[in-house]
Amino acid sequence: MTRTLRIVSILLLAAAVAVVTVPMAGDAQGKGTIKVATQSPLSGGQAALGEGIKLGAQLAIDKLKGPLEKAGWKVELVPFDDQAKPDVGVANAKNIIADKDIMVVIGHLNSGVAIPSSEVYKEQTLAMISPANTNPTVTDRKLPNVSRVCGRDDVQGVVGSEFAKGQNAKSVYVIHDKTAYGQGIADFFKADAEKKGLKVIGFEGTEEKSNFDPILTPIKAKNPDLIYFGGIYDQGAPFFKQAREKGLKSKFMGPDGMDSSDLTKIAGKAVVGMYYTSAAGPASALPKAKSFVDEFKKKFSKNPEPYAAEAYDATAIALKAVEAAAKSGKVTREDVSAQIRKVKHSGITGDIEFDGKGDRKKALYFVLQVANEDPTKWGDNKIVKQLTIAPPAEKK
Amino acid sequence: MDVELLIGILPQVVIDGLILGFMYALIALGYTMVYGVLEFINFAHSEVFIFGAFVGVEIMLGLKSAGVLERFPWILVLVVVLLAGMLASALLAFTIERVAYRPLRHAPRLIPLISAIGVSFFLQDVIRLTESIWRNAFNLVYPTIESLNVRLEITETIDVSIKSLVVIVAALLMLWALHALVNRTKVGTAIRAVAEDQAAASLMGINVNRIISLTFVIGGAMGGAAGVLFGVQYGLINPYTGFIPGLKAFTAAVLGGIGNIPGAMLGGLVLGLLEAFAASYLSLLTGGAFGAEYKDIFAFSILILILIFRPKGLLGEVVRERA
Repeated sequence: MTRTLRIVSILLLAAAVAVVTVPMAGDAQGKGTIKVATQSPLSGGQAALGEGIKLGAQLAIDKLKGPLEKAGWKVELVPFDDQAKPDVGVANAKNIIADKDIMVVIGHLNSGVAIPSSEVYKEQTLAMISPANTNPTVTDRKLPNVSRVCGRDDVQGVVGSEFAKGQNAKSVYVIHDKTAYGQGIADFFKADAEKKGLKVIGFEGTEEKSNFDPILTPIKAKNPDLIYFGGIYDQGAPFFKQAREKGLKSKFMGPDGMDSSDLTKIAGKAVVGMYYTSAAGPASALPKAKSFVDEFKKKFSKNPEPYAAEAYDATAIALKAVEAAAKSGKVTREDVSAQIRKVKHSGITGDIEFDGKGDRKKALYFVLQVANEDPTKWGDNKIVKQLTIAPPAEKK
Repeated sequence: MDVELLIGILPQVVIDGLILGFMYALIALGYTMVYGVLEFINFAHSEVFIFGAFVGVEIMLGLKSAGVLERFPWILVLVVVLLAGMLASALLAFTIERVAYRPLRHAPRLIPLISAIGVSFFLQDVIRLTESIWRNAFNLVYPTIESLNVRLEITETIDVSIKSLVVIVAALLMLWALHALVNRTKVGTAIRAVAEDQAAASLMGINVNRIISLTFVIGGAMGGAAGVLFGVQYGLINPYTGFIPGLKAFTAAVLGGIGNIPGAMLGGLVLGLLEAFAASYLSLLTGGAFGAEYKDIFAFSILILILIFRPKGLLGEVVRERA
């Protein structure tokens, strides 16, 4: 017992020393350090997109930190790896709120991770700007600290089903991955498809990652005009690949989770011609994005994945808000959260302004078609439709 | 239309189930043989399995980047890749036994079990690390060989791809070879003797350590072959892919009666078929109330039922006396 006590007190002492010394070290160089954290999967099957978010934020900080540095602040990026897992995201979030220098979080990739993690940020009103989380619940909880620069699934699902109807699809089969994001958007797609008179002949969730044979057999027998996969490319790609190998002739469609060059890397020519909706268009669709793409390529010698541009914009907004908050000479998390909602930013993904819930007042939605089986040509995917839509009016 | 549909897809479901079942059977052999001789569960076997798949994909990608993949006849490529995968996994299994289990041979039985779990985690992350340094990739894709994807039409609604047939034939051949080895050769007799009673076997002049190593080598080779076939059939692997099939194969081994070689084969087939039936039929039969996501729950409920009535498994024998 006494031994445990001794260990605990030593640990407490060590923690106290650490808390006291860290800010002092920062102060020695000027007013202190402002850290921007990113949280996205940097390892695992979705690392391609997660890495893009980190690098987008990195580029924005390197380019736009000038004014803050002139004012005497040091600006740093702290990347966290949430592994696309809710428990890891929340554990990271606890570390993030413990680091008093972190003023903004840019993240996450997965709505299922963002929702529980943002509850942790809320404890300290630490601002989170999401480049990629499209699930409506992310902002519908009306947290003062949560905003996003991308669109919403209740709109994206509808954009998808409307397009499917336009393609003369009469019957659709819907598959989802049972996550907050995948099942969420699949539900919106299904509901609107039924409203529009399309026949939904199957609705199925699966956590399977490699063997889709038994799921595909009944789909093949029912022969739908279109198959919609609500989920992410690391699961969707093998599904579509095996579907074509099994001889299915249906059209394929998916949400923005399919938007990664890894889709063609895994599925190859099986997904050529497949449609996917997106709340983040390819850089070619964005007028101001050309210089972004060039700089990104120059700095990291690879193409920006989808959401890298959104992460860049989110970080730019974050820095603007911090600048506004820093005018008082002292930056607080509450202040930064409040300032973010006031920012009017003309970014590479268009003009960004947030409404009261943290949704973008006007978000962009795209329908794209996979053009080439070569993953390095993912950027060539054709935009077949582009829309600017405001978030849906409040229900209830 | 519904009854017609249900019957119409039946042969296809059986084929899917058999493919999956043979794969489980091949992996389950590794669990069951090791259990037979050492009475402990080698939880690192799922990594031995996926290691074979990784060696296979590396060779195929190597051939592809050399531009010769399409030029060789597919059957040659497949045999080479299979043999390489088997060899690599056998070596790995041999090494694991030497390094992680043999020093613990006389420790309480829980200790090597913990060691096995440790080896499993270690191997997962070693594979992940190597692949991310070597290829900067997490998911690896088996290159498609077009002639393997050709589908043979049996009837209008039923067709089988060549690669599915290859999986079934290869699995059958290997299971037959193993059966012959264990039952008709001197080495096989030695393996059975060691499984029965190590002390008595060593008194009869059998080198027990060598036989135990051999068991790991055979189990590893079967696992490696299953890994390559898994990759060829389903196309996508990552360092953690082995875990779930490994767990299911272990279940199959228990279902058939752990320690029993024909039992592992039967258990694998039963589990594979159950899973395929559940995934294909559950949502059709329940009108969408229970979907394919319940396939594992369904399969494992049946498993529990079987084990309640036959605790030793389908072909289980009375537990042997242990020296």
